[in-house]
Amino acid sequence: MKLPPFDYACPATLAEAVALLASHGDAKPIAGGQSLMPMLAFRMASPTLLVDLRKLPDLNRISIADDGVQLGAMVRWRDIEDDVRLRAAHPPLAAAIAHVAHYQIRNRGTVGGSLAHADPAAEMPGVALTCDAEIAVTGAAGRRVIPARDFFLGPLTTALAPDEIIVEVRLPAWPARRRWGFQEFSRRRGDFALAGVALFYDEDADGKAVNAHAGAIGVADTPVRLTGVEQALNGCAVNEATIAAAARAASADVDPPDDIHANAAYRRALVGTLTERALIASAAI
Amino acid sequence: MSVQFTVNGKAAAVDVEARMTLADCLRQHLRLTGTHLGCEHGVCGACTVIVDGAAMRSCLMLAVQAEGSEVVTVEGLSNDAELTPLQTAFRKHHALQCGFCTPGIITTAHALLSEEPYCDADRIREVLSGNLCRCTGYVSIIDAVLEAREAYQNADGGAR
Repeated sequence: MKLPPFDYACPATLAEAVALLASHGDAKPIAGGQSLMPMLAFRMASPTLLVDLRKLPDLNRISIADDGVQLGAMVRWRDIEDDVRLRAAHPPLAAAIAHVAHYQIRNRGTVGGSLAHADPAAEMPGVALTCDAEIAVTGAAGRRVIPARDFFLGPLTTALAPDEIIVEVRLPAWPARRRWGFQEFSRRRGDFALAGVALFYDEDADGKAVNAHAGAIGVADTPVRLTGVEQALNGCAVNEATIAAAARAASADVDPPDDIHANAAYRRALVGTLTERALIASAAI
Repeated sequence: MSVQFTVNGKAAAVDVEARMTLADCLRQHLRLTGTHLGCEHGVCGACTVIVDGAAMRSCLMLAVQAEGSEVVTVEGLSNDAELTPLQTAFRKHHALQCGFCTPGIITTAHALLSEEPYCDADRIREVLSGNLCRCTGYVSIIDAVLEAREAYQNADGGAR
C-alpha cells in the first residue's frame, strides 16, 4: 500500500539530525530504508517526520585495526561484501552478511539500519550479540556505547532512545587462529532465516576449546546466546562427541514459538542441526 | 518537495510529496511506466531500477532520496534501432511470457553484467533470486543472461 504521509528532512550533520529527532515526538531516522520502507508500506510505522541520514559524513567507513573491526552505521551490505580485508579480519561477519536479503537490497541496506530495526531473524544483530559487539550511539544527551547484550529488547525493539542515532558498531579483535562457523537455513535464497547459528572458540595449548561464543537468530524475540553450547565446548576438544553434545545443548537452549513458517519442534531441531554443521565447519572435520 | 535527478541521461525536475516512492514518481510524474510495481514492499523485484550504477528497488526508496542521482530505468536500456544483447537473448530463449517481471530482471541483469561480465550461472541465479517470475520458471531467464554476457565482456574488456 502507499506510504502514510510524513515530512522529510535531510540534515548535513549528526547534530542537526539528533536535534530534529529530539524536537519531534515521533520522528524516525531513515538510512537505507530497506526495513523501514516496508514497515511504512504496511503502515506498521507512521512517523510524522523522516530524518534521512544519507548526507551525514563519516558514517560509511569500515575500519580494521588491532582492537577490532568498526563498521559505520551507513556501511551497506554491499560494502562488506566488496571489502576483501574483512574475510580475514572478521570471517563470520563476511559469512553471515552473505545471507542478507537480495542483490538489490544489499546495494542499499545498512548495518545501522538492521541493528536499529532489530528483526529477531536478522544476521547483523545475531553477529553483534554473539561477538560481544558494542554499539556506539549519539543522542540529545550525548554519546554512549551500548553492549549488544543490552541493546536488543524485543522484536523490533531496542535500547535506542527516540532521539538516538547509531553511529557505529564495534566488533572485538579477531585472532587469526580462531575457529568459527556460521550456518543458517531459509526456504528460499535471501529470505529471513528460519533459524541461524553463529559460533566461535579459541584453542588452548592442548587443542581444547576456550572462550566459546554461540548465538542463534530466528528462534526468539531477539537474537539469543546459546549458553549451553558455550558450556559444552569450553574445555573440550571439538570432536564428534563434543559436537553431538553441543548440538543437543543448542536445542535445549532455545524455546522457539510456533508460527506460520515452522513449529517450535522443527526450529528446535534445526538449531541443533545448524550448530552441528557450524562446529563441523569450524573444526574442519 | 522539489527533486532533481537524472533519468536515462536526461535531467528531470519533479514536485512530489515526501511519501512518494521513486517507483511511483517514475511512473506517475515522468510517465516511465516500464518500471512495474508488483508487491510495493520490496519482495518481488519488478520495480528494480539502477541508481548511480547499482540495482535498487524503486519501491523501497523515496523519490526525494534520489535527489542528485543518476537513475536508469528499463526504458533507458533499449534503443529505437535494434534489440540490445539482453533483449535479443531474452527473445531467443523465450525468457518472458507475460512480461510483468521482465523490466526488473532486465535492469538487474544489466547492472550485474556491467559489473561482473564474467559471472557464472550460480552468480546469476543468486542475483536473480531477488526477482520473482510467475510464468517462465527461471531456467530460460538464466540461459538468456548467460548468453548476453559476451556483449558486456566485449564492451568492458575485463571483469571487475
